[in-house]
Amino acid sequence: MDYNIIWYILVGVLLIGYAILDGFDLGVGILHLFSKGDYNRRILMNSIGPVWDGNEVWLITAGGALFAAFPNVYATAFSSFYLPFMLLLIALIFRAVSIEFRSKEKSTRWRSFWDKGFSIGSILAALLFGLAIGNVVMGFAIGDDMEYQGNVFDLLNPYALTAGIFALSMFALHGAIYLNMKTEGELQLQVQKWIKVAYWIFVPLFVVFSLLTLYLKPEMIANFSFGMIDLPGNKHALIEKHEVLISIFAWTVVALNILAIANIPRTLHKGSYGWTFISSASMIAAVVMLFALGIFPNMMISNLDPGFNLDIYNASSSPYTLRTMAILAAFGLPFVTSYTIIIYWTYRGKVKLDEMSY
Amino acid sequence: MNWDVETLSRIQFAFTIMFHYIFPPFSIGMGLLLVIFESLYLITRKAIYEKITRFWIKIFAANFAVGVASGIVMEFEFGTNWATYSRFVGDIFGSPLAAEGIFAFFLESGFLAILLFGWNRVKPGMHLFATIMVALGSILSGFWIVVANSWQQTPVAFEIVEDFGIRRAVITDFWEMVFNPSAMVRFSHVIVGAFIQGAFLVMSVGAYYILKKKHLEFAKISFSIALMVAAMGSLAQPLIGHTHAQVVEKYQPAKLAAFEGLYETQKNAPLYIIGWTDPVTQETTGLAIPGMLSYLVHGTFEGEVKGLKEFPKEDWPPVKGVFQSYHLMVALGMFFIALTLFSLFMLWRGKLFEMTWLLKLYLPAVALPVIANQLGWISAERGRQPWIVQGLLRTSEGISKSITSEEVMISLVLFMIVYTLLFFVWLYVLDREIKHGPDHLQVIEAGFKKRSEKMDVIKTN
Repeated sequence: MDYNIIWYILVGVLLIGYAILDGFDLGVGILHLFSKGDYNRRILMNSIGPVWDGNEVWLITAGGALFAAFPNVYATAFSSFYLPFMLLLIALIFRAVSIEFRSKEKSTRWRSFWDKGFSIGSILAALLFGLAIGNVVMGFAIGDDMEYQGNVFDLLNPYALTAGIFALSMFALHGAIYLNMKTEGELQLQVQKWIKVAYWIFVPLFVVFSLLTLYLKPEMIANFSFGMIDLPGNKHALIEKHEVLISIFAWTVVALNILAIANIPRTLHKGSYGWTFISSASMIAAVVMLFALGIFPNMMISNLDPGFNLDIYNASSSPYTLRTMAILAAFGLPFVTSYTIIIYWTYRGKVKLDEMSY
Repeated sequence: MNWDVETLSRIQFAFTIMFHYIFPPFSIGMGLLLVIFESLYLITRKAIYEKITRFWIKIFAANFAVGVASGIVMEFEFGTNWATYSRFVGDIFGSPLAAEGIFAFFLESGFLAILLFGWNRVKPGMHLFATIMVALGSILSGFWIVVANSWQQTPVAFEIVEDFGIRRAVITDFWEMVFNPSAMVRFSHVIVGAFIQGAFLVMSVGAYYILKKKHLEFAKISFSIALMVAAMGSLAQPLIGHTHAQVVEKYQPAKLAAFEGLYETQKNAPLYIIGWTDPVTQETTGLAIPGMLSYLVHGTFEGEVKGLKEFPKEDWPPVKGVFQSYHLMVALGMFFIALTLFSLFMLWRGKLFEMTWLLKLYLPAVALPVIANQLGWISAERGRQPWIVQGLLRTSEGISKSITSEEVMISLVLFMIVYTLLFFVWLYVLDREIKHGPDHLQVIEAGFKKRSEKMDVIKTN
């Protein structure tokens, strides 16, 4: 295993961390407008109050890590995805300041403006993340100079749009499951109804999305196929050597994914809400891992020629930088994990409003 | 002007970073003050310090939120608009950005949760610890960003390689890259500038209360402490700036020449207090101290300073703008020294808070350090032009190849609309918080828990 693989995994870990953590606070934002009344809306916002900023840091760090470890992926991805990405940034700005500013004024018009900012920002962000992942699977029109040759309309293909809606439903479900832990009384009963609705939107979308992926991009399961499907282009030596082991691992993730999804209604019914959350977090982790396994060792796929794919070697930094940064990350990550645990532990339990709340 | 991708991307970068750069210096400066205020609270256990700490935390939070929100843009703009630059420097520039995430942002955002919402949840000692960690996090974040930027100014510890048809710089020694020749001096300059900016905000609000004869004890203590920070910062700044200028002379002589409008290489080079420079006639006129530039750079009036004519004209920075932004920054710095030292003297004499005119001066003065910090940034960045990485890559070579000017125009307009809105909302919220003033502690204890508020709301289905 070389440092390129380690960084592929590290960037993956950061993205999984981001998808799980910001996933639920985007989800809270997606559901925000469904809650009625000022008190409920404040509860919703304050359920993520102390943590949303830290959750977003996972994205920022993933961006920094991508820049440092795979600069060509960083450059190609963001310049290809230019306009959608700018929209994403504006959505993230809007939701961030909406949280801070909303409760600064008593006026209903003021509050309802920022409520909308928070919710629309969250919905847009979830859709655009899905759109981005969808395009990664479908491939960008990347030329031999690693530059994007398509235009913004190519990015709005049906598969990517489905991915956007899939992401929206997944985060809404995850957000509702998080809120179920943080609320009580009538609001909690309402939240549980949201979970049911979101779940029954999500499950069919999950099936449709998986089938669509298999139909349009069968090579996505080449790494799962015990060597039966040949990946066009580059197949990593690691996979050739350990075909069986990796395929077994991949199918274990698939199985865990399905079990996690099935476990959501079971734990909800039993009233073990913490486990419901762990299930939906595992579901998200599994989805991200399946994508990562599907495209490995590529990071961006060219739909012009597999030879133009950006993979963990032609897109990476120098071995020296990868090694140095891996050492730094190894020092830093235990700290990061411990602050995260301390913060979530400090703010465990139901949301209570006090004078410092939003 | 030619509205091509390069021009528009430069305008967009300048606009988004200048907007962003209003906020982090406030956070860094106020972070330090929060640590001081809260430490005083823990040492003295006086309620007034708790009141002070809690009030400034609210102002800090509103400012921090806009800073974080506008900061995400900065990190990704390198990839969206400057893809070729990113490919060239990814190895080097990306590393400090990643380090900033791992070592600064997580620290800052994690403990921010306790700083903002933790009063009733953690013990006072833990709360102070969180405040210190947030302040430290914001300083560290400044460190890594300045490191990344400084490498662009004074690139060292790299070699140029060509991989997969792409020419790029790769690190040969990580720590030598981090502590590149200009990194520490620029970092000190930026952080002290931030301390001054934060302190001026506290003084401006304090002066407002004193003039209004409201919250007097609160205002006087806040003002006095901030004044000491501002005075120390202002005094330190020329010393750091001086060292900084020597580094610039050594590594970016064209930039130094542009700072001072120096066209001919000369001994006994003058230092302008105020002046006008014209790159067409290649003349600089104004009020100058003869020989002072040579003396400052080399310690002797005989020291030779390189003029712009040493360099091909296409390598000249935009001289006029750089000269003026640099001189205005220096002038503001001098003004801060005079103002804060005079105020300190009056504080010592016990007369400061009766001097209405002086307090009135402090109300708008909060804008001046913001302007000075922005001017510093302009001098540093425009002074580096036409290079995006000094001597290695031109700005025109750094742009993304796959984006169109229409796309950049759309995003630029979007940012302008959103940021203008945000700026006014931020001012409005700040104004409201300031007019509302610090809470009485009894009010704080009573909190918000109104039963009636809870009843009106739950309308399920």
